[in-house]
Amino acid sequence: MGTVAVHGLRKSFGKVQALDGVTLDVPDGSFFVVLGPSGAGKTTTLRAIAGLEKLDAGSVHLDGRDATADTPAARDLAMVFQSYALYPRRTAYENIASPLRARRCSSSEIAAAVEQMSSLLHIERLLQRRPAQMSGGEMQRVALARALVRRPRAFLMDEPLTNLDLKLRVEMRTELTRIHRSLGGTFVYVTNDQVEALSMADRVAVLKEGKVQQVGTPAEVYERPANQWVAGFVGSPAISLLACRAEGDRLVGAEGWTLPRPRWTTAENGRPLLLGLRAEDLSVERRGDTSLPGELYGLEPLGDRTVVDVQVGTEMLKVKARPTFTGTPGERLHVTVDLDRAHLFDAGTGLALSESGR
Amino acid sequence: MAVSVDEAVSAGPGRDHTPSRRRRGGRGRSVLEVALLTVLAVVMLFPVLWMIETSIKENRDVYAIPAKFFDFKVTLDHFKDVFAGSGGGRSALSVSFLNSVVVAGVSTALATVLGVPAAWAYSRFSVKAKKDQLFFILSTRFMPPVVVVIPIFLMYRQLGLIDNKLGLILIYTAFNVPFTIWMMKGFVDEVPAEYEDAAMLDGYTRLQAFWKFTLPLLLPGIAATAVFALIFSWNEFVFAIFLTSSDSVRTAPPAIAGLIGGTTIDWGLVAAASVVFALPVLVFAYLVRKHLVAGVTLGAVRR
Ligand SMILES: Nc1ncnc2c1ncn2[C@@H]1O[C@H](COP(=O)(O)OP(=O)(O)OP(=O)(O)O)[C@@H](O)[C@H]1O
Ligand SMILES: [Mg+2]
Repeated sequence: MGTVAVHGLRKSFGKVQALDGVTLDVPDGSFFVVLGPSGAGKTTTLRAIAGLEKLDAGSVHLDGRDATADTPAARDLAMVFQSYALYPRRTAYENIASPLRARRCSSSEIAAAVEQMSSLLHIERLLQRRPAQMSGGEMQRVALARALVRRPRAFLMDEPLTNLDLKLRVEMRTELTRIHRSLGGTFVYVTNDQVEALSMADRVAVLKEGKVQQVGTPAEVYERPANQWVAGFVGSPAISLLACRAEGDRLVGAEGWTLPRPRWTTAENGRPLLLGLRAEDLSVERRGDTSLPGELYGLEPLGDRTVVDVQVGTEMLKVKARPTFTGTPGERLHVTVDLDRAHLFDAGTGLALSESGR
Repeated sequence: MAVSVDEAVSAGPGRDHTPSRRRRGGRGRSVLEVALLTVLAVVMLFPVLWMIETSIKENRDVYAIPAKFFDFKVTLDHFKDVFAGSGGGRSALSVSFLNSVVVAGVSTALATVLGVPAAWAYSRFSVKAKKDQLFFILSTRFMPPVVVVIPIFLMYRQLGLIDNKLGLILIYTAFNVPFTIWMMKGFVDEVPAEYEDAAMLDGYTRLQAFWKFTLPLLLPGIAATAVFALIFSWNEFVFAIFLTSSDSVRTAPPAIAGLIGGTTIDWGLVAAASVVFALPVLVFAYLVRKHLVAGVTLGAVRR
């Protein structure tokens, strides 16, 4: 149905550089997630694709054709707005029908399409209500229905699940992936929730301060973060970062610990590095060759697991442990590191070291 | 404040205490308030009341000393004189009322048609030096009409717009457009631009999005603005008296004023004409009162 490609998007609002050279390539039929914290420029990116934002520089190509100067209507896209933007005076039915009315579909076509969408999104009983008479989650589903009722080139979705409660959000996540699979079509999906990004995406673009940090599959972004910031943003609990440097065949921590140097790194001796360790690649089980000495700082029982905070010198490690793990703060323990899964970043630039050997 | 010892030392928590005191104080104040408001209302409404009374008194009673407040004979002759000419047919006053309707109606409609889209544009688009432009637009209202009436008179004489309804319509429109733009910009600002964005993605053009989605939400604001513009044009006196002279063109305010100044003044007729003149504005404001309140409080009601 449609490819979306943006190149070198730049947009500033007064002093704020909202987009600072954003380039993205969304393949046809993919579920493409733009992930970033609040204020990263996600909404601005979507609005630029939709033609709602006058750009300072850059181009938007739809289906390989330059659409930078096209009107929003001519771009043939559908969008779910972060604020829903449901028409306040119209019923849910009329809201959902609006894209079809604008394109002069017959009323029997409209009725059929609205009915199909409302059963898909379980909003049949809302159809005669106005937005003011709906809950946030209900409005969100009506907004989704309004976008999905047509077969546009691509669907743009701006945090469509953010305002739902956790249970509904998890349900809708599966639902949306299912809809994507059954309807097909290109989805550009914006979120600040990394779980959503990792669980739904074919490809993820990580955005920060108007710059694309990394583009890749969810696994690539998680397993091979391009830089320290992506590593810290993606994954929960957040990755732990320890200052260190390479010395011969060992890594020497700023806090005095040493670990065997991972085989795959080519960092020269003495260069300041950051060792990134994810909670699931650490364990508190035994003392060994590849372990760090520390002190138990605190416990976060999460039901299915317990996150153990271990203080190593002045730095903090988050370690995933069995849900039955117990201990008292101040207790000395050792954290075993799976060095094959560790990450190394240049402490100066924050960029990941090349992992050619891995 | 007088608080009894019992009250002052009662062990009740402060939260219970305060409202009771406030209620007590509130009641005292509201009696005073009602009294003051009554006095104020009487003082302010007395001329209106007197106007209405005079309009339905016979001439004999109008000049009676001491003045008659209640025991006079009611007559509608003055109202008949307002509309019917002495030799049958239409009176000059009734023509001036018609002129007022035309001039105020058309100029308000024009100001709305020009001002609302302009307000929308100022609210939605980035315009160069927007603040300066808006200030300039507003500044045209800083001048009292008397200041510009002479230059306007000279210009109009060149253009043949003196003693011409079109001339009045144009000048009232010129005065109402800035007002409409300023007032409506506030209302447009209150309506999220995303409705239009959504409509454009649905497949509408920008103008269709404005027309179909934003404009209906602006109707209360437009009604409120139009009422104010209408009242301005309806009441306007300075331009009307300087720029018009013949009975067939004159609007009601100078026409009514023209009734005063002969050797004998028919106060009954003046009063009746004034009542007729005041009525439409009152009725119109009453009809759109819901919109007026909604318009004035739009910001508080939305969201
Ligand atoms: N219309 C605007 N006027 C001024 N600044 C704006 C405007 N829109 C966005 N910005 C600024 O641009 C930056 C990016 O905004 P954007 O809305 O794209 O962020 P976002 O990634 O969508 O954030 P969120 O997750 O909170 O929705 C922010 O710093 C924001 O303050
Ligand atoms: Mg946003």
